[in-house]
Amino acid sequence: MRRLLSLHALLVYLFLYLPILVIVALSFNESRRGVRFTGFTLDWYRALFQDPRVLEYFLNTLTVAFVSTLVSTVLGTLLALGLVRYRFPGKGFLRYLLYVPVVVPDVVMGVSLLLLFAFSRELLGFPRLSLLTVILGHITFQVAFVTLVVRSRLLLLDPALEEAARDLGARGLQTFLHVTLPLAWPGVAAGALLALTLSLDDFVVTFFTAGPGATTLPLYIYSSVKLGVSPKVHALSTLVVGLSAFFLALGYALSRRRV
Amino acid sequence: MNEAATPLQRLFRVLVTVGPGALWLFLFVLLPTLLVLLASFMSRGPYGELQGPLTLKNYLRLLEPPYLEAFAQSLWVGSLATLLSALLGYPLAFYIARHPRRDLLLFLLLLPFLTNFLIRVYAWLVLLQKEGLVNAFLQAFGLGPLSLYPSFLAVLLATVYTFLPFFVLPVYASVERIDWQLLEAAYDLGARPFRAFLHAVLPQTYPGLFAGGVLVFIPAMGTFVVADLLGAGRVVLIGNLIQQQFGVSRDWAFGAALSVFLMGFVLLSLYLYARLQGERGLEDLV
Repeated sequence: MRRLLSLHALLVYLFLYLPILVIVALSFNESRRGVRFTGFTLDWYRALFQDPRVLEYFLNTLTVAFVSTLVSTVLGTLLALGLVRYRFPGKGFLRYLLYVPVVVPDVVMGVSLLLLFAFSRELLGFPRLSLLTVILGHITFQVAFVTLVVRSRLLLLDPALEEAARDLGARGLQTFLHVTLPLAWPGVAAGALLALTLSLDDFVVTFFTAGPGATTLPLYIYSSVKLGVSPKVHALSTLVVGLSAFFLALGYALSRRRV
Repeated sequence: MNEAATPLQRLFRVLVTVGPGALWLFLFVLLPTLLVLLASFMSRGPYGELQGPLTLKNYLRLLEPPYLEAFAQSLWVGSLATLLSALLGYPLAFYIARHPRRDLLLFLLLLPFLTNFLIRVYAWLVLLQKEGLVNAFLQAFGLGPLSLYPSFLAVLLATVYTFLPFFVLPVYASVERIDWQLLEAAYDLGARPFRAFLHAVLPQTYPGLFAGGVLVFIPAMGTFVVADLLGAGRVVLIGNLIQQQFGVSRDWAFGAALSVFLMGFVLLSLYLYARLQGERGLEDLV
């Protein structure tokens, strides 16, 4: 039985890694098509780096990711705090609203934002579809995830600590900055990291909210892939895989250190 | 907790913390949802714009055969993907949970998952294309080449590949909480291994199984990217229809009706899930 489980696990891991390994191998392959390895080359990487558009798309991706993560982390942390600490009318409704971006298929989310921007353009004359609308879209799904992550951290905190701070004469903002925020910090960091990952990975919402001049790397990959197999995409994918492995390993190492 | 705070101070605190986030959710979640609902009752104008008067015809159109077929196909892809994920993921969750280096195994499970979604889908295009690895392998045994791409099989494989960790993680979480004494008790009472598993272990993993099922089923039936890239027109899901209506067909009103329909279906699945699992279950999903 144990043997069978091990074999099964091995096969599943093979299933998980084979596709990625094939892409990595092909990115160094001289031949344009097919899986026969005809010789080692770095040409596809050279072609990728010499393409000025790729640099632009890369910068667009980073801009969107950083701005949206920053805004959503601030909004989400405050919202989580308010939801945990205070009672107010409409709280139940707000909590339901928070789950909407989490459960709704991203294509529905994309088209509803597209509709919002279209209606708003009709009535108010803005916004044009651009990097700004992409950022607005990303913040929308990020806020929900950040709030939920930070909230679960806040629920673990001992309210006595804040009461102690108040008893010692700390004012609301002081308590927040010196007691609540440092204690909630791991949750905030985890929420921000999740938001960043979601933004870098997002294709669907970007697809519906991006206009001319707002191409991000996932949009670029999509349009190249629509045209068929492309060695430049293999090279780009390998870089992305390498980077995500690096960051995940970093997070893994850091989390082990804390324990 | 805030005995010292006056009502005015409390109002101020709520406004500062909840205010901005709530405003954001109203503007960018609630308002767009209402607009989709409104648009679904409008019609397509001569230039592809939305126009009145309000009508039900978009919803009646949902009942036409090609759209029903897409809906059936979405259900089919969603169900098969969930079933395959269970076959692959359920035993794997046990293996990981009982392994001494489970940290590393979880890490290895998440790594492919954190590479870009499009790249994961694209990898299957590369594997399954006519000159791809799978066909090279088949030919070594004198089979093929088969045209594996574009196909339903390609869509299904890539869907399972993309969402498998969504299934494994919740099951893993419930395997970790299993009370193994129940299994021993079952053995002591003379149960054979299969019966012991069926009655002492399996029920303890239901929460994980249900959560994993929902987490695979909903995105699997709701996505359009996988079917778009690997089905290349042969596999049309609701998501693809929505994308078409907001893209080439430029019939936003009908696209909105399709979105309302998909959203309604998702909410219905979640409602059934919540009925099975209790309120707690919904929070566990996130």
